Amino acid sequence: MLSLDARAGLEDLYADYAARLDDGPLETWPELFTEECEYLVVPRDNYERNLPIAVMRCESIAMLRDRVRAVLETVMYEPRYLRHHVTNVRGRVREDGAIDARANFSVIEVLPDELPRVLITGKYVDRVVRVNGELRFAQKHCVFDSVLVPNTIVLPV
Amino acid sequence: MTLAIDWPQGEITRIPYALYTDPGVFDREMTRIFAGPGWAYVGLEAEIPSPGDFKTTFVGNRPVVVTRDESGDVCVFPNRCAHRGVKFCRQEYGHTRHFVCPYHQWSYDLQGRLRGVPFIRGVKQQGGMPADFERADHGLPPLVVTTRHGVVFASFDARVPALEQYLGESNLAYFDRVFDGRALTVLGYSRQLIPGNWKLMFENIKDPYHASLLHVFLVSFGLFRADQPSAVKMDDTGAHSLLISRRGEQKRSDATSDIANLREDLVLEDARLLDPVKEFAGDATVVMQTIWPNLIVQQQSNTLALRQLRPRSPLEFELHWTFFGYADDDAAMTKRRLRQANLMSAAGLVSADDSEIIKLAQDGVSRFRDDAAVLLMGGRDVQDTDHMITEGAIRAFYRHYRKVMEV
Ligand SMILES: [Fe+2]
Repeated sequence: MLSLDARAGLEDLYADYAARLDDGPLETWPELFTEECEYLVVPRDNYERNLPIAVMRCESIAMLRDRVRAVLETVMYEPRYLRHHVTNVRGRVREDGAIDARANFSVIEVLPDELPRVLITGKYVDRVVRVNGELRFAQKHCVFDSVLVPNTIVLPV
Repeated sequence: MTLAIDWPQGEITRIPYALYTDPGVFDREMTRIFAGPGWAYVGLEAEIPSPGDFKTTFVGNRPVVVTRDESGDVCVFPNRCAHRGVKFCRQEYGHTRHFVCPYHQWSYDLQGRLRGVPFIRGVKQQGGMPADFERADHGLPPLVVTTRHGVVFASFDARVPALEQYLGESNLAYFDRVFDGRALTVLGYSRQLIPGNWKLMFENIKDPYHASLLHVFLVSFGLFRADQPSAVKMDDTGAHSLLISRRGEQKRSDATSDIANLREDLVLEDARLLDPVKEFAGDATVVMQTIWPNLIVQQQSNTLALRQLRPRSPLEFELHWTFFGYADDDAAMTKRRLRQANLMSAAGLVSADDSEIIKLAQDGVSRFRDDAAVLLMGGRDVQDTDHMITEGAIRAFYRHYRKVMEV
């Protein structure tokens, strides 16, 4: 069990994370990760069968920034709004002081001329550490349930 | 039944938009193209290595089961019970000795032969099947199956020619370039439900003209450029095609002057994302192959993938990605394939452009069914070319399509 303070800290981290993705600026999203982080967006079926393919794979904060730049400056996609809903946040302190954190996520997507729809839903399998007093993701595995996604994910989960 | 499509005889430079929306066209495609004499991709042998292993997939919009039987042969049969049509197998992958339909528990062996029928002789002399009921008459009709170097194809129509003859010389040679007989390793899957007609995906992969314009990421990093030595090759029928090119430099040139968004200043902070190494003989670093009716074989740098088309309706298809490598890849090569996969599939920095474009194309053609697409780039013919400023492979596809569809 986490202390109330630790729990509030974790909740704040996820809220901040969602806000940076949904309301931007997207360029600030990598700041919530450690230098050597591992970020994966991976279909649950691959994850549970130990198949290593992820639809997004970043192995450092630099690779996260590369993805953000590529998405903002090179990828052609319809404009869209996303809204992350992060629930069931919980964590366990490891012996090394890091927190094994888990949470559920759903992302609602709004495309031009269309009603909101669920883009993706799943769980975060994360490891959170403290860097210079701030909580940061050393690992974030976004394991999504459906495998099949409506067209394109494009933006980070 | 005739199709209500207004399309002058022999025309392949104008493609009626109605082909992307018409339910009658779609129904005929499902029978003539996907259930006709063509080899549809259904999987890799590496997915079902041992007797009793199975997977489920689709040929066109029809669900099928792919198994390895006791003797080690690959079998493919419809995933619908011979009794009342229930799609009996609900797992994507698994291992079993037999399949049991959950409705009345009819059971089938690994070859799809009917083995068990509960109450076949009735209960207490009551009911039961008629005396002339033969289990052999009620099996699951097998598809014909062929394999080449670990890749499994199936057909509902036994008149299909041998795969080697079907692919033709150049398409067979490039198929064997990736599938050279080495054991394959599946790295994982990705699936997209794309709101567009399935033919738009084939057109996209048969269209090198767009790749050097739309894909700013590819072009900016020199992975695909109009000024690189390239080729478009087809088989004699035009059903299958190859786009072949090689990596170039990251700089502006005449060939990129028309590219509005070229970013020659784009530099990766972590170069490991794109760290291609040469692994095939010859100069080509990208080969995109389309195999009628449902497969795209992708070799872009070190990402190897099979993209299977699963049409659902005139307005929607699933693009099912299987990423793979070779059993003898070292850890560094596997890592490289996994990192480069960032360019592809459901969140691909390159392929996202295509799925988004297909949606926008469908949004347009769906509302203007009396109009037609224009395919004039590179001329009006269907010849192989040694450049990529052409839509010839799309014209060749529609020439073959018209013949098969009788439209
Ligand atoms: Fe493309």
